[in-house]
Amino acid sequence: MSAPAAATPAPKPATDRRAARRAQLEEAILPPIVALLIAALVGDVLILVYGQSPGAVYRLLLQGTWGNAYGLGQVLYKTTTLTFTGLSVAIGLRAGLFNIGAESQLAAGGFVAGLVGTILPAGLPSLVVLPVFLLAAAVGGGLVGGAAGVLKSRWGAHEVITTIMLNFIVLALLNYLTAAHFKVFDTLHTADIRSGALPRLSALVPAFHGSAANMVFFLALAVSAIAWWHLFRTRSGFELRAVGLQPEAAEYGGVNVGGVWWRAMLLGGVFAGLGGLNFVIGYKHYYEDGFSAGAGYLGIAVALVGRNNPIGIVIAALLFGTLSQGGLAVNAIVPKQLVDVLQAVVIIAVATSVPEVRRLLRLGRRSPDA
Amino acid sequence: MMLLAFLSQTLRIAMPYLFASSGGVLSERSGLIALGLEGYMLTGAFCAALGSYYSGSPWVGVAAGLGGGAALALLYALSSIRFKADQVVVGIAINLLATGMTRFFLRFTFGSSSNSPRIPGFSEASAGAGFGALAHSPLVWIGVLLVPGVAWLLYRTPFGLRVRAVGEHPGAAWSVGIPVFRVQWLAVAASGAIAGLGGAYLALDQHQFTDQMTAGRGFIALAAIIFGRWDPARAALACLLFAAAETFQIRLQGAQVIPSQFVEMIPYLLTIIALAGVVGRAVPPAALGKTSE
Repeated sequence: MSAPAAATPAPKPATDRRAARRAQLEEAILPPIVALLIAALVGDVLILVYGQSPGAVYRLLLQGTWGNAYGLGQVLYKTTTLTFTGLSVAIGLRAGLFNIGAESQLAAGGFVAGLVGTILPAGLPSLVVLPVFLLAAAVGGGLVGGAAGVLKSRWGAHEVITTIMLNFIVLALLNYLTAAHFKVFDTLHTADIRSGALPRLSALVPAFHGSAANMVFFLALAVSAIAWWHLFRTRSGFELRAVGLQPEAAEYGGVNVGGVWWRAMLLGGVFAGLGGLNFVIGYKHYYEDGFSAGAGYLGIAVALVGRNNPIGIVIAALLFGTLSQGGLAVNAIVPKQLVDVLQAVVIIAVATSVPEVRRLLRLGRRSPDA
Repeated sequence: MMLLAFLSQTLRIAMPYLFASSGGVLSERSGLIALGLEGYMLTGAFCAALGSYYSGSPWVGVAAGLGGGAALALLYALSSIRFKADQVVVGIAINLLATGMTRFFLRFTFGSSSNSPRIPGFSEASAGAGFGALAHSPLVWIGVLLVPGVAWLLYRTPFGLRVRAVGEHPGAAWSVGIPVFRVQWLAVAASGAIAGLGGAYLALDQHQFTDQMTAGRGFIALAAIIFGRWDPARAALACLLFAAAETFQIRLQGAQVIPSQFVEMIPYLLTIIALAGVVGRAVPPAALGKTSE
């Protein structure tokens, strides 16, 4: 890993910038690669312990995900939710805040959208209903995220703890509301939404038939683009990043830090809440208790591997979506929980290697023979 | 008699919280967030089931639970102390890892995705219910004695002083010659071992390991630590308070006075209120979450 531009005494600005970009890219890409290698190693050991051949398991994993249209459709479905929760965590991290609450924000967004769906009359055109659903999901998730934001900016309550506590509170509340008031008899889900259900991707590509992938996937891409534009091309996005890098300096520069904090948490809640649409209006067409199923916590992994960059997040969501679906594909020969272990190992390994890779790269650049 | 039954049930529910919060206080006071308590407990419970099942002795189970919890905590220490990984990220991932590993090995060793076979525990049918049965389990005695034990360790021993110094101001501790990282390693390992004992209590008390049997207890213990303002005795009182609320709810189940979901919320709501400082602000150790360079 040589970076000659950094070693020469007076580099031209252009090469300097290119070298900086390259260094940035190296720092971003190396940790996930190291992490995947470590995860593969751990996976090998577990598979061998279980008495299977790692090659066969990984082949099955690939065949069941990217090897056929149904598997790919399922991957895209999981990627959709993970993109939203990844964005939710990332927008907080960009402002220097840790949003562990994507799990309940996701559920709340889905719940409010599902409820609105049971109220709206049947037969309304999608163009009318869709904005209503978007708003409902955003309000549901935004309320939960915004609550943590206000607790932080108004009372200084640490967002890591409040979002964890809010997860338990909100999920218990939704469970109560569903079970006691809104469920269809003998189930734990609400009634079907009566209009505005979005078509599956199989309507466009028939090969996806049977998979849960739906039009909300495109919404996820659009929201990622908007998040990128907001972060890197607007004044409030710049303020948000400034607060994340150095709150004291931002404050001195005239930024209202408390305001940025609660807005970032609110926005994080909105992103996660929109993710609820994937299940509620794209897939099942009703809200079901517990549908979030850990996708909010995996959002932390997605944001981490995607380096809090909306483009990186879509890629990371694809990776984790593939792993999630891959578990089902290999379940016949090894327990599907193998994949849960691998996901956790990836997170720990990325978190562990990020500071180390940065240190080693700096060391390499500074050495004279580079 | 009603009161006695209520108290013994409260203590029984509080036991896992008491273990996890006693351990967690040590970790947090040394500056390392104890987000992995849930994972330490779950791993401890599974290892205890393994040990007790294959040896036939619950004591082997206790040792295995302690070791399992400590092993996971050492992984956390390796990442966050040695490699300066983000404590929150690794802490959350430790829990995911524990869930995945216990499920994987539950299927591997017992061929089940829900529970282990019956394992030997401490309690005997002849002891009946109530305090009699509780007094039969040495783990209950250990758990109850742990609270003053950890308080003594933290406030009355040189090691405890070092833990507190490292958690408040690692730089200052370093400058007077305290081996900051070694103190943190020890505190984290101890937190894992103690929380692992809590898991062992759960498995041995129920005579089996069931998937996800800790069911958020590690996070309730974390809530108790914060609500108890990072003090072992006050955290223990918070554990008892949360457990009493649960007991109350179980006893009133027939009456349906308050939906159970609202009782579940109590620890978390109280913790948020404590953090927001409505009644005397809860202030964490100054260097909590920041691993020093």
